[in-house]
Amino acid sequence: MSHNTIQHPDYRRAPMTRRQLLRRVAAATGLGGAAAYLGLAPEGWPLSLRDGSGLRAVPRPQPFRLRDFRVPRPAGAADVGIGRTGDVTTRLRKALDAVGGLAHYVQPGDIVLVKPNVAFDRSPNLGATTHPEILEALVRMLLVDARAQEVRVADNPIESPADCFAKSGVRAATEAAGGRIYLPDGNAFSKLHTPGAKLIEHWWFFQRPFSNVDKVIGIAPVKDHNLCFASMGIKNWYGLLGGRRNQFHQDIHEIVSDLSIMIRPTLTILDGTRVLMQNGPTGGDPSNVKAGDAVLAGVDPVALDAWAFEHLLERGTDYPRYLFKAEEKGSGRMDWRGRVREVV
Amino acid sequence: MRALLLNAGHLLRAARRLVPARGTGGGRPGAFPWRPAPPARARRWLRLTNARLVSQATFFALFVFFCWATWTSRLGGYPVSRLLELDPLVTIATALSTGTVYRALGWGLLVLGITLLFGRVFCNWICPYGTLHQLVGWLFNTRPQPARIESNRYRAVFYLKYALLVVFLVMASLGALQIGLLDPIVMMYRALATVFSPASDMLVDGTGSALGRVGVDARFLDGLRFAPGVEARIFVGSFWVGVIFLALAAANLYVPRFFCRVLCPLGALLGVFSRFALFRINRDVHKCTDCNLCLTRCEGAADPQGAVRLSECFACMNCIDDCPEDALSFSLLGLDTQQVVAAPDLSRRKLVFAGIAGLLGFPLLRNNGQSNDANFSPRLIRPPGSVAEAQFLAKCIKCDQCINVCPTNVLQPATFAEGGFEALWTPVMNFNIAHCQFKCTLCSEVCPTGAIRKITVEEKLGKGPYEKQGPVVLGTAFINTTRCLPWANQIPCVVCEEVCPVSPKAIQTWDEETKDVFGNLVVLNKPFIVPDLCIGCGICQAECPVQDDPAVYVTAVGESRSEQRRLLLRKRTVAT
Repeated sequence: MSHNTIQHPDYRRAPMTRRQLLRRVAAATGLGGAAAYLGLAPEGWPLSLRDGSGLRAVPRPQPFRLRDFRVPRPAGAADVGIGRTGDVTTRLRKALDAVGGLAHYVQPGDIVLVKPNVAFDRSPNLGATTHPEILEALVRMLLVDARAQEVRVADNPIESPADCFAKSGVRAATEAAGGRIYLPDGNAFSKLHTPGAKLIEHWWFFQRPFSNVDKVIGIAPVKDHNLCFASMGIKNWYGLLGGRRNQFHQDIHEIVSDLSIMIRPTLTILDGTRVLMQNGPTGGDPSNVKAGDAVLAGVDPVALDAWAFEHLLERGTDYPRYLFKAEEKGSGRMDWRGRVREVV
Repeated sequence: MRALLLNAGHLLRAARRLVPARGTGGGRPGAFPWRPAPPARARRWLRLTNARLVSQATFFALFVFFCWATWTSRLGGYPVSRLLELDPLVTIATALSTGTVYRALGWGLLVLGITLLFGRVFCNWICPYGTLHQLVGWLFNTRPQPARIESNRYRAVFYLKYALLVVFLVMASLGALQIGLLDPIVMMYRALATVFSPASDMLVDGTGSALGRVGVDARFLDGLRFAPGVEARIFVGSFWVGVIFLALAAANLYVPRFFCRVLCPLGALLGVFSRFALFRINRDVHKCTDCNLCLTRCEGAADPQGAVRLSECFACMNCIDDCPEDALSFSLLGLDTQQVVAAPDLSRRKLVFAGIAGLLGFPLLRNNGQSNDANFSPRLIRPPGSVAEAQFLAKCIKCDQCINVCPTNVLQPATFAEGGFEALWTPVMNFNIAHCQFKCTLCSEVCPTGAIRKITVEEKLGKGPYEKQGPVVLGTAFINTTRCLPWANQIPCVVCEEVCPVSPKAIQTWDEETKDVFGNLVVLNKPFIVPDLCIGCGICQAECPVQDDPAVYVTAVGESRSEQRRLLLRKRTVAT
């Protein structure tokens, strides 16, 4: 006790008991020991926080795998169906019937993801995005005819998602037909593992709309493209990529053919009624768009693109290199001859 | 920290205060020895202070709602700018700086009218920033009773807001609008848009991804996001917005309503008018026992215990509740004309000094030459519909509503780097972040002051009746061939050409087949700009894979809002 402390005469000291002391020592030992274990135990031990290399702290997102959504076509049906006459709904129905009918591919109660091309903030008449009319027809068919449980419509546009969906008419069409829109926000992307892909073996993918999905259908416009010459059914899947995807233009044919193995869709549908002939893929002037009369549906995306390149974009058989690569990677065959059924 | 710990007890005490203790309770040391007798139940609820709380909560909620609704998928005709347009300081200052009253700014006169009737009720019944400061002051107030009264006494420094008002108005009448630095509605909006909305979205996203990990589809949280359907937004100049906001909120712990009493230029403006108010707080000297309890919760520090300062009083009505003698009332008739100080506490000397400061402030702001066409910054790219820079600075209040509504996040609050002090927090385009969307004019629709004039998509794109004047041009793109992959590195790319939205494209290519350094045959599409067609939307820069210092970039030259900044003598057309 120090000498200059003034003690009140009535003051009674309350010394620590032995039990209190032991408790305090035990608590300190326990906490200290636990902390020492967490910090110092070798890395493999349970609960150890030790990181000798500094690499343990690097986040490693667990890549997920996408399942194969393909359904074999029924016997007697064609690989590619083309609907020629009537309104868009009729043409779509004819094209689907030629490949075996929608009911063969989508079972009642399925959750179906429909992927239109909504890349740009453009009105539908400019041909840069999937036309709302055919999308609405498809979503209705899925919900009414095929009795799907739920139809989701998703894309990761280049411009502001909400605006692209609004101005392309895709939002209105989807909602009118009873589908649900999925927009890409911060939580929407996960890393996808695609074995065999050259550029996107592990890459950010617009995953959220895919949870619990049974069937996937791509529905794309047919467009000129400044770099890879044509943007059709396979290039449409570009819209599911996240991350810094603009680097892929350094090897556009490789990436487009990678897309053909990244996702194995149940069906691919091409809208050949408004073909963007030049200034693609953005378009911007109604004069760039040519009216066509075909709607295509098929299970072989490569054959589908090859046929559209030849007949809708009228570019002959000088197919873009990505189709050759897609064929090499086993996504389908370009030679459509004998595998197409046109329904007039 | 201590304030937080003490807070629970404080809340209890505050709750107890709403229902006054019966009889002569309170043996607590430091407390006054008696309490007023309880009023009848009906009178207890039908009090002006309760009506005030309802009004404050309503306007605060409305303010947050408007900020939330200012998003491309939610703007369904809500008058989202109305609370900014109700701000009479904006009305008067822009009228001084431009000589006009833009669109709905006349609404500000409504608040002036209310002030002429009831005094500065705006400050404590409507202003969401005032509500926020009151709330912070109340939550973190740990003062015991005598200190409470002392904290609400009038202080000489409160004159400062009138001086600031004079400085701002003098500068505005010369053409430099700086009220946005301190206007409470503007400060609140700016902080809500650029500090709180990203913070809130971050929280919602974190919750969403946590739910996602346990297998729950977190789409139902989208409604809580200020910006749904996009990845986390960026706000470049928001750091100091947030720091100033927090510092001013913290100031309430030392001086209650510090901002409102000392700095607020809008409060000062209303204080000038409130001297003429018909209704005011009146003290019945015969009933008053000079107990000073009326100062316990006096928000304005307006001396209700003496001669009430009309220009300081917020009409919060707390003094009426707190007076044990019923000596105070808010009334029109029977006012004691001796118990009042009508005019603001600004001496002629200070007034003249403030005027001189404003006169000097204007050249000080403009000396860098960035607002005229002699020394304009290549990075100062304004949103589509913006008027020429000098007029822009005479109109923009830096409320950042345009920045909040921008669907691509290209609009950013400026730092000193783009336009100096004068342009601080005004909207500039940062094409490294995003681009100006082709068919979007949302910023021009929400701008309350016409710094961004309301334009249609037709006018922006130069279609229909605007064919002759051509599209709105924000700037011009250029190629840096030393960084461009096909030009400099023999690597194919041309994302810029792909995304260029105009037809025909303003980026075209020289196509060249060559062998690269490794001997591989490559086709290089080397891009070049056609400035006659370029509208400066910046999508090429935003999408360029050379991300940090893009090989294609947009600068302000060629922008159509200024003839002096023109690039081409005439636009070339197709040869005939």
